[in-house]
Amino acid sequence: MSRLLVCPPDYFSIEYEINPWMRRSNAVNSDEAVRQWHHLMLVLEQDVGAVLERMKPVPGLPDLVFTANAGSVVGGTAVPSRFRYPERQREEAYFEDWFREQGYEVVTLDPGNFFEGAGDLLGFPDTWFGGYRQRSDIRVYSTLSDWFHREIIPLELVDNRFYHLDTCLCPLSGGDLLYFPPAFDRYGQEVLAERIAPSKRLVPPEAEALRFACNAVCVGTHVVLPAGCPETESLLTSRGYVPHSVPLDEFMKSGGSAKCLTLALD
Amino acid sequence: MLHDQETVLLQGHIIDSLILAKVLDTILMMGGTFDLQDMQIGKTREEPSRAKIVVRASSAKLLSEILHAIQPHGASVESERDCRLSAAPADGIFPDEFYATTHLPTQVRVRDKWVEVEGIEMDLGICVDTVRLTARTVPMGEVKRGDQVVIGREGVRVIPLQRPRDRDVFSFMESQVSSERPHGRVISDIAKRLVQLRIGFREGKAGSKALLAGGPAIVHAGGREALTWLIDEEFIQVLFCGNALPAHDMEVDLYGTSLGYGHAAGRVVPHGHEHHLRTINRIRAIGSIEAAVRSGVIKTGIMAACVRRGVHVVMAGTIRDDGPLPGVITDSLEAQAAMRAAIPGIGLAMLVASTLHAVATGNLLPATTPSVCVDVNPAVPTKLADRGSFQAVGLVMDAASFLRELARELGWRP
Repeated sequence: MSRLLVCPPDYFSIEYEINPWMRRSNAVNSDEAVRQWHHLMLVLEQDVGAVLERMKPVPGLPDLVFTANAGSVVGGTAVPSRFRYPERQREEAYFEDWFREQGYEVVTLDPGNFFEGAGDLLGFPDTWFGGYRQRSDIRVYSTLSDWFHREIIPLELVDNRFYHLDTCLCPLSGGDLLYFPPAFDRYGQEVLAERIAPSKRLVPPEAEALRFACNAVCVGTHVVLPAGCPETESLLTSRGYVPHSVPLDEFMKSGGSAKCLTLALD
Repeated sequence: MLHDQETVLLQGHIIDSLILAKVLDTILMMGGTFDLQDMQIGKTREEPSRAKIVVRASSAKLLSEILHAIQPHGASVESERDCRLSAAPADGIFPDEFYATTHLPTQVRVRDKWVEVEGIEMDLGICVDTVRLTARTVPMGEVKRGDQVVIGREGVRVIPLQRPRDRDVFSFMESQVSSERPHGRVISDIAKRLVQLRIGFREGKAGSKALLAGGPAIVHAGGREALTWLIDEEFIQVLFCGNALPAHDMEVDLYGTSLGYGHAAGRVVPHGHEHHLRTINRIRAIGSIEAAVRSGVIKTGIMAACVRRGVHVVMAGTIRDDGPLPGVITDSLEAQAAMRAAIPGIGLAMLVASTLHAVATGNLLPATTPSVCVDVNPAVPTKLADRGSFQAVGLVMDAASFLRELARELGWRP
């Protein structure tokens, strides 16, 4: 059974601009956002069978809804994020408190070591990938690798539209990788091509990558992704996955989609 | 010469991720160079690796641009400490633990800045002016009480020599001395350097002086005319020697003998062994070599050419000297200081047929100055080459043959 941390979008809005998707003039339709979020939760709970842990939203923290950035959870240990932008740094304390209340052993990085949690640290059971350059600092991966005794391959993110690793890369349960190569530099592309067999590499067309096709939640063979990515869905189906598309346009205005709205706890 | 460099550390899964390759590629693409000083590779997939990289660039600006470019990939500048200083306890005495120099370019860290040590030479101490942010070498005998002297090794870095860009014998020295190596190519490369230096010297370019340190074998063996010609043609600007070289050189002029051997006849001349003493006595009576040349008493030879061409001559005396000639410095520390003062600006040093002066000069030279040591005894060039400089060439060869071949290469037609 898969447990996911989520946070209702009660206070979700665009109050600042810290990625190329965010424009304050492009206001969020709050009712629509709430509808989309509940639809996503319904799919996750009923179609996918995930267990949801709901965090209490906090007024004035519009991005708390993106729980992927709460931190990283490994077994009973949680490493809370250290956000690059001050606008999101105020979320750190709430995420940290939640981890403590839930009984996680909380391990913190030194201040100044930017790390944006599961937004930038993803992986297969034996190998993790760490996105850096846009938000997280490459140096944290050597610390995390020491703490968790895992291989962490840092990958440079070179396109600021794909500012978190989870916007352009999604490891799937069967060892397949859904990813968008142009978001990485040539070294990163080479590393991924070397590690993942060609048949296991699923590359969405650019138009769908820009609709956050890779910002998907994979639980078993189920893959929940934003609506509007039919080719990606076909790719997933051809590899034996069951895609579930959910309209999440209101959250895309803020630069996030299905994966950003969840944090895998187990 | 300023060498801009910084040591950076890179750790984590830097190999399989190609992060190390990316950092090294970036350094090279931006025009820098690197040395992988230390590399620890993780033994398992989970274990991280660690690399210590020395980044070098031709200017401080370029270095800073390179560091700026590689830092986001995790290359962090190793934190460095200032060098430790201690006051000299008395005149002529270094503090305990003083740092002893090598002949390689050296920098010391003073108030968070790397400062080039001026006048680098082996076996000296380093004095630091913390207000002006300067550092210079100082011989033990010249340190003054209270001078701030570098102690320990922290905050001191020695810059390995880069291979010179010129593609001649000086760029490929492997510190081997052999009597079996063909000399022609080496001599022809030295000649080319001398031509370049003379052009530079005539244009007033710094570092364009050629130095010759030589012994009396030059005269005995028949290299006097060739050396005289080289000086007259302005291929040599500085001459280091003892008492004997000038004494026998002028003996030839006055008596036609060197150490009693008739130069033309090639055999001992009756009472010839007195000639060098009479020569020395004559010059002492006149007062100086220069006066002897200017008054026409000495007309030919090495010393006459030196006076005519205004060559800077340092004559350092030794314990067995006769006389000595006026101008010979008999206090060895004073002689050392006079030689040291003549070193800046030397672009090529030729150490010919004199163990004493070759080794003394070799010790005063920074490793960056190309030098050639010529001696029939392989032990001398070997001793010099063992100093570990790329640019020290050893030739096992008779002094006269060397000088004659070199002069011929440069256009001498006896």
